[in-house]
Amino acid sequence: MSILADPTRREFLKTAALSAAGLVIAFYVPPGRRFAQAAETTAPAAPPLPPANAFLRIGSDDTVTVVLAHSEMGQGIWTSLPMLIAEELDADWSTVRVEHAPAAPVYAHTAFGAQLTGGSTTTWSEFDRYRQVGATARLLLVQAAAQRLGVSPDACRTEQGAVIAGDKRLRFGELADDAAKLPMPATVALKDPADWRVIGRPTRRLDTPEKIDGRAVFGLDVRFDGLLTAVVARSPVFGGKVKSFDDSATKAVPGVRKVVQVPTGVAVVADHFWAAQQGREALKVDWDLGVGATLDSAAILADLRRLAGTDGKLAASAGDAPGTLAKSKQLVTAEYAVPYLAHAPMEPLNCTVRIGPDSCEIWTGTQAQTFEQMTAAAITGLKPEQVQIHTTFLGGGFGRRAVPSSDWVNEAVHVAKAAAAPVKTVWTREDDVRGGYYRPAFLHRVRVALGDDGLPAAWDHAMVGQSIMTGTPFEGSFAKTGVDPSSVEGVADSPYLKAIANHRVQLHDYRAPVPVLWWRSVGHSHTAFVMESMIDELARASGVDPVAYRRRLLADQPRHLGVLNLAAEKAGWGSPLPAGRARGVAVHESFGSYVAQVAEVSLANGRIRVHRVVCAIDCGIAVNPATIEAQMESGIAFGLGAALESAITFADGRVQQSNFDDYRVLRLPAMPQVEVHIVPSRERPGGVGEPGTPPIAPAVANAVAALTGQRLRELPLRPGA
Amino acid sequence: MKLRVNGKEHEVAAPADMPLLWVLRDLLGLTGTKYGCGVGQCGACLVHVDGKPRRSCMTDVAAVAGKSVTTIEGLSADASHPVQRAWAELDVVQCGYCQSGQIMSAAALIAEKPQPSDADIDATLGRQICRCGTYQRVRAAVHRAAELNQEQKK
Repeated sequence: MSILADPTRREFLKTAALSAAGLVIAFYVPPGRRFAQAAETTAPAAPPLPPANAFLRIGSDDTVTVVLAHSEMGQGIWTSLPMLIAEELDADWSTVRVEHAPAAPVYAHTAFGAQLTGGSTTTWSEFDRYRQVGATARLLLVQAAAQRLGVSPDACRTEQGAVIAGDKRLRFGELADDAAKLPMPATVALKDPADWRVIGRPTRRLDTPEKIDGRAVFGLDVRFDGLLTAVVARSPVFGGKVKSFDDSATKAVPGVRKVVQVPTGVAVVADHFWAAQQGREALKVDWDLGVGATLDSAAILADLRRLAGTDGKLAASAGDAPGTLAKSKQLVTAEYAVPYLAHAPMEPLNCTVRIGPDSCEIWTGTQAQTFEQMTAAAITGLKPEQVQIHTTFLGGGFGRRAVPSSDWVNEAVHVAKAAAAPVKTVWTREDDVRGGYYRPAFLHRVRVALGDDGLPAAWDHAMVGQSIMTGTPFEGSFAKTGVDPSSVEGVADSPYLKAIANHRVQLHDYRAPVPVLWWRSVGHSHTAFVMESMIDELARASGVDPVAYRRRLLADQPRHLGVLNLAAEKAGWGSPLPAGRARGVAVHESFGSYVAQVAEVSLANGRIRVHRVVCAIDCGIAVNPATIEAQMESGIAFGLGAALESAITFADGRVQQSNFDDYRVLRLPAMPQVEVHIVPSRERPGGVGEPGTPPIAPAVANAVAALTGQRLRELPLRPGA
Repeated sequence: MKLRVNGKEHEVAAPADMPLLWVLRDLLGLTGTKYGCGVGQCGACLVHVDGKPRRSCMTDVAAVAGKSVTTIEGLSADASHPVQRAWAELDVVQCGYCQSGQIMSAAALIAEKPQPSDADIDATLGRQICRCGTYQRVRAAVHRAAELNQEQKK
């Protein structure tokens, strides 16, 4: 393999040198090719493949180690990305091992240009790259075998981790060293989808063994000699600063080593978590609270309502919506509201940092290695490549571990620097619930004019909420319009609006001192609730069955129709239900996948009980149907918890929730029976981590409306309120 | 004080009111038991004390001196406990963080009720939180574990 003298490659080779001897495959796909045809049989005319990346090692013991450029947080890529390589490599699946990649430019997301796991992008963004890595390795192994056996490569085939020529069989492990010395090919051919044996086969998770016996290492489990643990006393309101503190009682707590001030507060550094936490309880801090001290949920809602009545920024427009509305004989108007939400992953945030004279090592479960690397470099004065990121398993992410400000890593680097020691900074659950970076609250006002045919003649939609992109490096991407696309996704690009000649969508960017962030399914987490509830309202106002009504509006949307019809059929839409039960439906596209859900609900003692959810998904090529099924269950549970239980509220600047007793999430008894149906498809893959979440809240709200006639327009849903 | 964890005696120097969770994790290095809430809400820290389920975040270490503690690392030597086998068979885990607690809770349940009903599962596993929403598989896997447990006894 050729070695070129650019820093990227040197960094890669340094990494590779630490690895077991064997074949290393390098590959690069330019960002512009992110939507390369999934099903094509040969690699398109790509630039020569530079020997620059490490995605695969084959050991002399036959182990095939797949290096993940993305982070495993439950979504199943620890299994599905290796499947892409194994497909093309003809690997023996039992020899496949997986590890997280270090942080390096070669592992940058093929579309984003930074190492990042989010937006349900992993499968489609790696669909070509990981297959081509497998195909390249296979080609080199075949060439090595052909040379050794003195036969033509055409006389060789591959099967189950071996190259076979005639009656000779050479294991990949026997060929790896020779293959590594061969020149890289300029192009590789990929299998015809008709020949796929791995892609599309339901495959069990590769990370199960270590996750059922306690071995799996999450960030919180990182341990080494000399490592101290810190907890940080932070301002009780957002944006507050330390005026002064008294640590005399803290320092008397056995096990407390140091108390240091950092930009976010005061860190108590101790031998272990318990001592640090006891020390923090003994700490007295005088805060300069600042403007955050007046934050109040009722006042925020009043602000959102006030703004909704003013002119906003235009996010979508066609025809003359206001004019048509003014002349309309049948108007339907509604106001919807959703609260701030915490992600509350089961593993509270934590980060271990060890700073040396010319290095900084970080252990954490992160979705955004590049952000963390840049952040640590800026704080320590080191170069980014001197910052090593060890990505552990993530105890849930849901977006909270992909933060443009790197909040928890930034703080942990400051703590380790100030303490002049290796430190693991740990957040308690209370710190996590009160620490901000919430899904922003949103208010929507919708006015629709119904035509004589019962379909919308005009749709006027105002949305108000905080932008998650404002103040981040992504802000520039929408500087021209001032419309954060992540605020309006699911409304501005709604297929319903495309079918309505007169429509207008306005966005009001609300400013408040609440840190906000993407939360599983981002804007779709509220826009699907509003759009799918509103469509249901219109169907009822027109006296048309909600599924039939959607079919009329989605007549030109075959993939929406495909999942809608499949879910309706499998749920027995229209068939009788036991007394006291009703069905509701929702269909929504997000992250390149189309999902329809039919929820079956009843009410008991004023509480909504969801018995069954039938879910149909069209995510294009289904790489691992087992993963897709699990992610639909997961997305539904996550969205249902928010639909029924969760809200973050403020009073006197303080977050009123603190732990799972008052920030309520879904628990097992409330989990419905979920049935998942996957639409067979050869379309390019879409995402699966998030698209299961958006439809559940409206499907449930629509079922409640069908059951009781009461339209619930606020989340969490409170029937009878 | 002396602690017996997974069949092994340990001498630990810890304040009497230090939660068992942090003794296990930070003093003994048994990190399979997880911290999720610290207030007995989520069950990620669930261990067995003399065979009974206990939330280790709410258990002072002094209260278990002289008793036998079992953590996920000691549930079986090779992931062969019926609950672990059922979990693998049904591909229950996702992020995996809560699963030690789920598995320990399920193991305690089938030890007490070899054929648990859905209501039994609601009452016990209903006290565990999983943000990935593996609940449907947890329920199915408890039933499957009960079957495997019966087969193993035959």
